[in-house]
Amino acid sequence: MNTDWFVVLSALLFSTGAFGILLRRSPMVILLCLELMLNAGNLALVAFSRMVGNGQGQVFAVIVMVVAACEVVVGLGLIVAIFRRRLPLNVDDLRELRG
Amino acid sequence: MEAVLFFLAAIGALGGALGVIAMRNPFYSVLALIVHLFSLAALFLLLTAAFVAAAQVVVYAGAVMVLYVFVVAYVGGGGESAWEPIPGQRFLAPLLGIALFVELAVAVLSSSLLALGTDGPDVNAGFGNPAAIGRLLLEKFLLPFEASSILLLLAAVGAIVLASNRRDGERDTPDEPSPNREEGVSLSP
Repeated sequence: MNTDWFVVLSALLFSTGAFGILLRRSPMVILLCLELMLNAGNLALVAFSRMVGNGQGQVFAVIVMVVAACEVVVGLGLIVAIFRRRLPLNVDDLRELRG
Repeated sequence: MEAVLFFLAAIGALGGALGVIAMRNPFYSVLALIVHLFSLAALFLLLTAAFVAAAQVVVYAGAVMVLYVFVVAYVGGGGESAWEPIPGQRFLAPLLGIALFVELAVAVLSSSLLALGTDGPDVNAGFGNPAAIGRLLLEKFLLPFEASSILLLLAAVGAIVLASNRRDGERDTPDEPSPNREEGVSLSP
């Protein structure tokens, strides 16, 4: 398969994730959509790594995976903290920090 | 054969991604994301990235998704309000998503990367296997590797602090100090 197929698929997955973030209001689903976007970036990184014939892009993808795992842990910790404080799990109601 | 596998995996990845967005119940969203991650692992295998594919399945579809399932089971799937803070959000969001896709696709495909239309150079059999990735991580990318380990430690500690039980007491009496605490102070010599 040509590299452009993979890159276009990655762009499609990335915009699907962005679409989900724009549409959904539950913080849990927004975190899942963030995962979609990070994974789309990973797919592009690995595809470009194959295109160049150099393994360094795959190391980049592994590091992105680590960062995504950290993001999940902190995000889910925030969701649990919000839930414990009996606050609504809806990003429209959690607007105290908005300027 | 490779094209068939690519399109099967691409359909799985895209279907999983759309399922994440479309499902009302967050638990089903997590399950759809697992489908998406497995399809993505197949795509990584097509790109001869064996280690990344294995890490994807083990770390993501295994560990991270179990974490998600636990939190969904703890928090429960709350229904979303029908109230739209931005009028027409349901129509604007797909438009913006499609616009983003067109923009990204045009930006990539009209770039001057000549190798985009090729399969990439022939690589030797060890390309992307754990040995190659490990050698790169420990020789060339040692500093990012160590930095990511510190980041993981910080995230673990941060999650424990965020989700710790201590906040429950603060929630019951947010403004005034709790009577138990005052008692403790007065009793202490």
